[in-house]
Amino acid sequence: MTKLKSTLRSALEAAGLTSGMTVSFHHHLRNGDHVLNMVLDEAAAMGIKNLTLQASSIFPVHAPLIGHIQSGVVTGIETAYMSGPVADAISHALLARPVVFRSHGGRAQAIASGRVHIDIAFIAAPCADCAGNLNGLYGPAACGSLGYAFTDARYADCVVAITDHLVPYPAAPASIDETQVDYVVQVPCIGDPGGIVSGTTSVTRDPVGLRIAEYAAQVMASSGLLQEGFSFQTGAGGASLAVTEYLKPLLRARGITAGFGMGGITGAMVDMLENGYVRSLLDVQCFDLRAVASIRDNPAHQEIPALRYAAPIARGSAVDQLSCVVLGATEIDVDFNVNVHTDSSGVILGGSGGHSDTAAGAQLTMIVAPLMRARLPIVVDRVGCISTPGSTVDVLVTQRGIAVHPARRELRDALVAAHLPVYDIHALRDMARRITGTPAVLPHGHRVVGVVEYRDGSLLDQIFALDE
Amino acid sequence: MNIIRTAACGTLESSDALITVAPGDGLQISIQSVVLRQFGAQIEASVRDVLRELEVTGAIITVEDRGAVDCVLRARCETALRRAAKEE
Amino acid sequence: MLRSLLFVPGNSPAMLLNADIHRADGIILDLEDAVAPDQKDAARILVRNAVRTLQYAVQALIIRINPLDTAFCREDLETIVPLRPAFIMPTKVAGEGDIRALDQMLREIERKNGVEEGVTRLLALIETACGIENAYAIARAPRVRALMLGAEDYTADLRAIRSRESGEIAYARSRIVNAARAAGIDAFDTPFTDVNDVDGLLNDAQAARALGFSGKAAISPRHIAGINAAFSPTAAEVRYARQVLDVIEEAQRLGRGAVSLRGKMIDKPIVERARQTLQMAHALNMEVDEL
Repeated sequence: MTKLKSTLRSALEAAGLTSGMTVSFHHHLRNGDHVLNMVLDEAAAMGIKNLTLQASSIFPVHAPLIGHIQSGVVTGIETAYMSGPVADAISHALLARPVVFRSHGGRAQAIASGRVHIDIAFIAAPCADCAGNLNGLYGPAACGSLGYAFTDARYADCVVAITDHLVPYPAAPASIDETQVDYVVQVPCIGDPGGIVSGTTSVTRDPVGLRIAEYAAQVMASSGLLQEGFSFQTGAGGASLAVTEYLKPLLRARGITAGFGMGGITGAMVDMLENGYVRSLLDVQCFDLRAVASIRDNPAHQEIPALRYAAPIARGSAVDQLSCVVLGATEIDVDFNVNVHTDSSGVILGGSGGHSDTAAGAQLTMIVAPLMRARLPIVVDRVGCISTPGSTVDVLVTQRGIAVHPARRELRDALVAAHLPVYDIHALRDMARRITGTPAVLPHGHRVVGVVEYRDGSLLDQIFALDE
Repeated sequence: MNIIRTAACGTLESSDALITVAPGDGLQISIQSVVLRQFGAQIEASVRDVLRELEVTGAIITVEDRGAVDCVLRARCETALRRAAKEE
Repeated sequence: MLRSLLFVPGNSPAMLLNADIHRADGIILDLEDAVAPDQKDAARILVRNAVRTLQYAVQALIIRINPLDTAFCREDLETIVPLRPAFIMPTKVAGEGDIRALDQMLREIERKNGVEEGVTRLLALIETACGIENAYAIARAPRVRALMLGAEDYTADLRAIRSRESGEIAYARSRIVNAARAAGIDAFDTPFTDVNDVDGLLNDAQAARALGFSGKAAISPRHIAGINAAFSPTAAEVRYARQVLDVIEEAQRLGRGAVSLRGKMIDKPIVERARQTLQMAHALNMEVDEL
């Protein structure tokens, strides 16, 4: 019996796809992904209904999903992040069942513990052989790490690898190997490289972002954590990424080498690895071509599964080893709760990803954000949705001031001693409001369109439909 | 102040507002804003304030707001009104 | 102490909102070159509202106005004078006559707005060959408390070739510093124009400091850190100044006349310089005793 199927249809039939199943997808092809749409289109053509989509993330490219929801092909979604037309439609109550939002670690944990059951995992495979050994390192859709696909492959009843780059047996390295893969199908194209990774992620030149990043690095320097073996994670956007630029001179001045850098990995992190600022990188996802090349060629740059990255009850997870994480926010409230799920009007535009996982694990969790975005203050009385509980957040850094969680008195004292502009978080809120005015508190609709599960499976918050 | 012609001030960039003023009877104010739900009432109140200060009683005012803070909004409004009141 | 002065375009709401977060000692809100001719009215009113509302956290708020020979100048002053900025910056100042004309206008406007007559101070931007030749007269003219060199217009006026090494403005720099110091006022150097060349900026700022400038203008927030560093005393300078004052104190206590440190005579200018260095260090919150 060969695992290799000649068409997607024959693979779906062999896998036994039937109505009512849960099917999973990883999001390493990001906004260039063709696989999720391709599989759902085929399922629709087969007359399949009532699928639950267990996708690690949903991007704008997945807009055709809206049609599949309207026609009843998909009736449930569980994910760690969604943005674009699907997220918009969900906010407008497109789906009868609330979307279940989990963190990356929470999702992996739910699957590994059996709480979430996957019938068929569809693994977009940039490079695979006929037996199902596969990796993300080669081929036209090379995406680097396959971190979010490991748990699905290991725990799903059936695993279908979908590739556009079939290589002679054995594909090497085998990130996911043949012992876990049931079928392999070759298609013309699994993704658009332009949407998968950016050519380069460049550090922000926005002067406000740079100001914030410099303060963030100074907070690290004053926290006492910046010692040999220091480890860190930063987001890939704006101010968060720029922190690495300010971190380098601090490490150099103190003669310290960081132990590891983690997360979605960018060229900026690779640069730190190659120039000896950090000893190793733990990579759950690559954000640019430089990261893809590095994970392929540099043994100190390791691919790690989501379970190892961030799961809460696993025997060990890397977030618990983190000294410091730098994260973003759409809003943060006076209790330091952070929202990364909805915008200030309540429209879904993201999700936890690893936000709440790293916040829970790291010794120092820093939120970086401008004091206001256009007329909206970043600090609010109550966030529209709690994505990450305030008890796991230590510091808010803005361009005009830094607020420290009241439970971290010693940290606050250290920052004051370092002449950093430390304020009570209420003072930061008021500083913004003096210029913006106080935004009206918006009523939300009554219908629940999303539930946010904390990484341990408990209910953290709910997302409501927009008030029409 | 008499509004005698159509004039505008501002841009559609983030943190700015484009305000257009045209001659009209009475005050007609229409507002589009990225923060309409949070700040719509405050935007209208500020526009009316500026109209009162400049003693404008007849004008059609269109606000296209991209999240301008109050002092910016008022500046754009005042400039647009002054331009619309100016003899060529 | 004004080491760095950051130019901020006067008609950009987003930049005005964050004008004071870049650690510049002073900001220069610009109504002149950064604003298109048909937007002068908009910028003037925007800057007025921003200054009133935002309460900029800087040591010196400076507003650059349009040239005297334009109709905008008077309207700028009518709007700006009541805001009481630390300095108004007139441009292309060519001689004492320009300042006298401005003084006349300011007197009227101050009177009209109930502002105490004569309190509006000027930071004169000198950016013509004529202005350089008249620098001392300008420095001594009423209300002028500082000079700044504007090298781009100046070198165009000279028909000189602008270079990274700036040899072509050596004369103008020295003349401006000398004129300002002779009149007992501050002198500020021209901005460095390559935003991305941080090393070049640092060299340029150090050269300006060595010539005697008090500080330097910047057109990018990314240049502020380099300028502040170049115009601040180094730890070694502060340490040396401390030692100079210590040995002088010791000598006075023992009633000794001639004093030397590390084999060098410590004379009066050295002591004076040491005092200046420590004053700057204190003003900058440098921890002098720990050094």
